[in-house]
Amino acid sequence: MNGIPMEHGLLLSAVLFVLGLIGVLVRRNLIMILMSMEVMFNATGLAFIVAGSRWGQADGQIMFLLILTLAAAEVGVGLGLVLQVFRRFQTLDADSLNQMKG
Amino acid sequence: MALILFYITSAVAVFATTMMITRLNAVHGLLYLILSLLAVGVLFFLLGAHFAAVLEVIIYAGAIMVLFVFVIMMLNQGQETIEQERAWLEPGIWVGPSLLALILLIEMLVIVVSGGDAETGYIVSAKQVGIVLYGPYLLAVELASILLLAGLVGAYHVAKPILNAANSGRKS
Repeated sequence: MNGIPMEHGLLLSAVLFVLGLIGVLVRRNLIMILMSMEVMFNATGLAFIVAGSRWGQADGQIMFLLILTLAAAEVGVGLGLVLQVFRRFQTLDADSLNQMKG
Repeated sequence: MALILFYITSAVAVFATTMMITRLNAVHGLLYLILSLLAVGVLFFLLGAHFAAVLEVIIYAGAIMVLFVFVIMMLNQGQETIEQERAWLEPGIWVGPSLLALILLIEMLVIVVSGGDAETGYIVSAKQVGIVLYGPYLLAVELASILLLAGLVGAYHVAKPILNAANSGRKS
């Protein structure tokens, strides 16, 4: 019935999440950071889907739907902020934002 | 057979994500990110979550990626854009993503030809998801709609100075 071991699915989810985390920590381009965050959201959704498939419940897909909503809202605001940063500093380097007025 | 497909797709997803975070150019990274999302969509299909697989392709690989492409194109204005795009579309660039996409396509063909018994685990249909979504999770749906509204207002507020600058520049 359940051919795919749940541990392997969760392991894949963890690997994808760590890859996204490495992307957020290592890359300094703001767009690449946002893209890595998408990978992290996606890995979280994969973990929910794996769990939902394991127990045959619809809750996993519903949590994925909510994560999808969160990712859409985050990308909308995040890309707006990226446009503002580029307009003010003429660069997408995240390290150029180290001087903020509180 | 489902296990083999699962491991192949997992390898494609991990490889595409690794290529994504190591690309220097944002557009090249975006190509591999789309492949990573599509691979995860195939994984959802293999896990029996058909509705989530469809949403993954339509919203993640479709709508959100279009937003990224739109912003990357907005940030590259000027005469050098054409040369830049020509450089982006060199044959060596799109061969890798095309091969990965071909692997995913072959997997889907194998699933379709084999009569759809490639899914493992319990198949949770869209009907079940809808019944639960608008039953016990109704409050979560309302909260998600409020979140989307907040995101809409926030994005408009953040991008409004840019719109104003563009309008005043057009008038003068």
